[in-house]
Amino acid sequence: MKFLLRFFVRLSNFTTGRRADRRLREEMEEHLALQVDENLRAGMTPAEARRQAVLKFGSVERIREEYHSEQSLPFIENLLRDLRYAMRQLANSPGFAIIAILTMALGIGATTAIYSVVDATLLHPLPYPHPEQLVRIEDDLPGVGARDIGLSVPEWKDFQRSGIFQYVSVEGSGSVNLTGSSQPARIIFKPVAPTYFAVLGVKPELGRVFNPDDQTPGFNLEVVISDGLWKRDFGADPHILGRSLRLDNDVYHVVGVMPAGFHDQGRTTDERNTELWAAAGFSAAPTPPPVRSSRFIPGAIARLAPGLTIAAAQSRLDALVASLKKQFPADYPPESAWNVRLVPLSETVVGNVRQPLMLLLGAVGLVLLIGCVNVANLLLARASARGREMAIRQALGAAKTRLIRQLLTESLLLSVLGGIAGLGILFCTKKLLLQMVPSTLPRLNDISISWGVLTFALGVSVIAGAFFGLAPALQAGRLDPSHMLRQEGRGSKGSRSQTRTRSILVVTEFALSLVLMIAAGLLLRSFWDLFKVRLGFDPENVMAVRLWLPVPNDPTTDIYGSAAKEAPFIREIMHRGQSLPGVTEIAVGSLQSIPLNHDRNLITLALEGSDRRSNLQHQVQGSSVTPEYFQLLGIPLLRGRLFTNADNENAPNVAVINEAFARTWWPNDDPLGKRIKLGRAPASWTTVAGVVADARTESLEDASTPQVYLSSYQRTDKELAIFLRGRLDPGAIPEQARALVQSIDPELPVFGAKRLPDVVSGSLAQRRFSMETVLLFALTALLLAGIGIYGTISYVVSERTRDIGVRIALGASRTSILQMVLRQGLGLAIAGATVGLLGALVVSHLMAGLLYGVSPNDPVTFAGVTLVLTTVALAACYIPARRAMSVDPIVALRYE
Amino acid sequence: MSEKPDVLQGTLALMVLKTLDVLGPLHGYGIARRIEQISGDLLALNQGTLYPLLLKLEHEGAIASEWGASENNRRAHFYRLTRAGHKQLQAETRDWEQTAAIIARFFEVKAEDLS
Repeated sequence: MKFLLRFFVRLSNFTTGRRADRRLREEMEEHLALQVDENLRAGMTPAEARRQAVLKFGSVERIREEYHSEQSLPFIENLLRDLRYAMRQLANSPGFAIIAILTMALGIGATTAIYSVVDATLLHPLPYPHPEQLVRIEDDLPGVGARDIGLSVPEWKDFQRSGIFQYVSVEGSGSVNLTGSSQPARIIFKPVAPTYFAVLGVKPELGRVFNPDDQTPGFNLEVVISDGLWKRDFGADPHILGRSLRLDNDVYHVVGVMPAGFHDQGRTTDERNTELWAAAGFSAAPTPPPVRSSRFIPGAIARLAPGLTIAAAQSRLDALVASLKKQFPADYPPESAWNVRLVPLSETVVGNVRQPLMLLLGAVGLVLLIGCVNVANLLLARASARGREMAIRQALGAAKTRLIRQLLTESLLLSVLGGIAGLGILFCTKKLLLQMVPSTLPRLNDISISWGVLTFALGVSVIAGAFFGLAPALQAGRLDPSHMLRQEGRGSKGSRSQTRTRSILVVTEFALSLVLMIAAGLLLRSFWDLFKVRLGFDPENVMAVRLWLPVPNDPTTDIYGSAAKEAPFIREIMHRGQSLPGVTEIAVGSLQSIPLNHDRNLITLALEGSDRRSNLQHQVQGSSVTPEYFQLLGIPLLRGRLFTNADNENAPNVAVINEAFARTWWPNDDPLGKRIKLGRAPASWTTVAGVVADARTESLEDASTPQVYLSSYQRTDKELAIFLRGRLDPGAIPEQARALVQSIDPELPVFGAKRLPDVVSGSLAQRRFSMETVLLFALTALLLAGIGIYGTISYVVSERTRDIGVRIALGASRTSILQMVLRQGLGLAIAGATVGLLGALVVSHLMAGLLYGVSPNDPVTFAGVTLVLTTVALAACYIPARRAMSVDPIVALRYE
Repeated sequence: MSEKPDVLQGTLALMVLKTLDVLGPLHGYGIARRIEQISGDLLALNQGTLYPLLLKLEHEGAIASEWGASENNRRAHFYRLTRAGHKQLQAETRDWEQTAAIIARFFEVKAEDLS
């Protein structure tokens, strides 16, 4: 308490600049006068009386100093003095200051930029209370190699009753058609359990969320909408609560509006942009009957009971699963080895961006480090120029700690100024930078320069400043003033230890940039290979538009409820679509037939004759298409036949498979005529009619994913895509397609028009972003390393001018001088390359998961990058080497 | 002449507080003089060191000061004990007596007492 009180008084004295010098002087005068009087009374002479009084009083200077330091805060005063001095020093050499500050601004700005992304995504992946309690529940069938197959309603209820979780909610994903306003609109929609918002633990902005105890078997006809939808479609109407909406032909009531900052969780960008939630019990229409074997629910999330760790919950869940297996042996055959996994919810949101982001953070950290090394190098050069100043100050009695503190203050000032400049640049270019971030990044909207990010930037600045200031400061601390002053007389500028320190710095710099360059090189090669990969289909001049057929809650009112009802609609689209301007070919397929669309579309598969039990399920990528699809995308037929228009609702079901499918399940047999069952609901047998070539429609990385195609005329897909090929006007297509579809059914919204080439390049967006960013960092590093080696070799040359002059005077040829200098630079480069290659090997193996088609030890990349770096080093040395070559021995010798 | 014992910072503060407690408001010279008199010139005290200490005590709120006129009619700074200073003095006196008693007991102890 006392200490605090004292501190505050001193702080206030310090800030108000209040001085007590006058008071002390007056008090001292008074004191001495009284003492002199007393001494006089004791019989001393006036002179003696004064002398004795002063003696008794003690050293005035020391007392004044003590008094002063008691009055104020000397540490801060010194700091301010050092800062003022440092400012003057920087102002005296603006060239140095600008280069150093810019280097740091670049490093700190870039690091902060990447950190702001990491902060929003990896550090705060879930904007909900107690995110550590949130898990995703995934069912696996390792026995048949199937992962995350979805769950059934009884399983969900079992989990809810188990006591392991506070709440469990199932969730689906999809679209819904909002009709009734001027244009039918497609809304991204999530059917959930009434417990959904209780799991997330979020409160609405208006109204209420679903009652978690609601037991309605089907949809309870309540919806919660997002803030975005509320503002966009309802003009932020404050009386929105209770308003009715017609969604897929059913009437719902709005019960709540979520706050503006609320973002849903999910694996896909669509899911995370959900704008409308409706609650259901999933035990009545429109969902299939709630039986154990029917795993039609795509996923479930849950909030763990308080105090339970994921590991503890998992072991309790394992026990539950074991007892369920005993209880229902028919539903859980031992061969399928059913088990249930808990995954942290944050993992499912950001799991796949963690590695690229860590790579970027690492890369930008290296750039910052190289920047620091460069500035340290510059500071060292300055320190050698200022060696004399330091030596004199030390000789005059300045404490070493005080000198070190002053030098550190200077470097901290540099880096904090750099940090401020970096943040300034960041603020100005924020919009531009955010545009470069691929839109698939989760939590993209939450990237901002928050207090956390600012603190980070400040911390990085301080640490960087201390880091690059340390070498020159310690060097100054080691100075021997007498030696230094004597040496100065001879005119030589630096010391051997300085040259060594600088060489080590340059080698470090080289090693670091080599690591970065190799990482960038490997990413570049991966990207290039993917870019050049043979797609197996032709996206040029193709556009796809999407539509959603409504799913009313009462199946009997579904006008597209069966293949017989849907097929005429598709035929009508095919027929009328021919006449769209520029269109030469047209096809229709399910959403999953859009190449490289990233929705999960695994469907369960049973093969006739090969399974001992019919409910042992495999999974396969499946989609349904019209016969024209293969021709339109240029996927060639290999065996059998493609669909024809005769494969319609009245004909027996047929399928077309790709080569990979045939290879996987019938490696030795002819697939034609084989029969399979697809889908979760009890289905009839489907006969394989043809085999097409593999195409990378699932992912660019994977050349052969087993796929099965069904005839659209025999299916009831609700999410459809229309493919158009020809000389299309991309701007006009959305409107033309809307007109086309609405001429058949005016209640259907048409959305998501995309050019397929854009889809293909969009699927590379995240890779492109990582690759470009790392490449940019690597080039920056290369530049900095080049400057570093140039600086060091120039320094060495100027230091050895006399030596070189002597050599030339003694008859050394100019070429040999050139070689000597280049050899020195090459030596540094080789040392750096050796260390760097080792580091690069470690890093490239760490990032192996991000590579495609190139080995982490790829010799071409390693050799090529080393060559580039060595060339840059030699080029950087060449300029000082030329200078060394042209040293005039007479001038050099006289110069001393 | 034997070395005079140095005055510890804390002890000096206690002396200052006690002096002000006994004599009421005093100026710096008066305090210094008083300490000298009581300690019987046994303490080596540079009188000037009193002033930083007075400032510290003032910052801590134990004493307050104001300008006044000294006995020979000069402007002087008078220090007086505050309520907080009074409490502090009491607490420190108690502590000091306790410490002194303990030390005293150690000196009284003879070898045979410990056996």
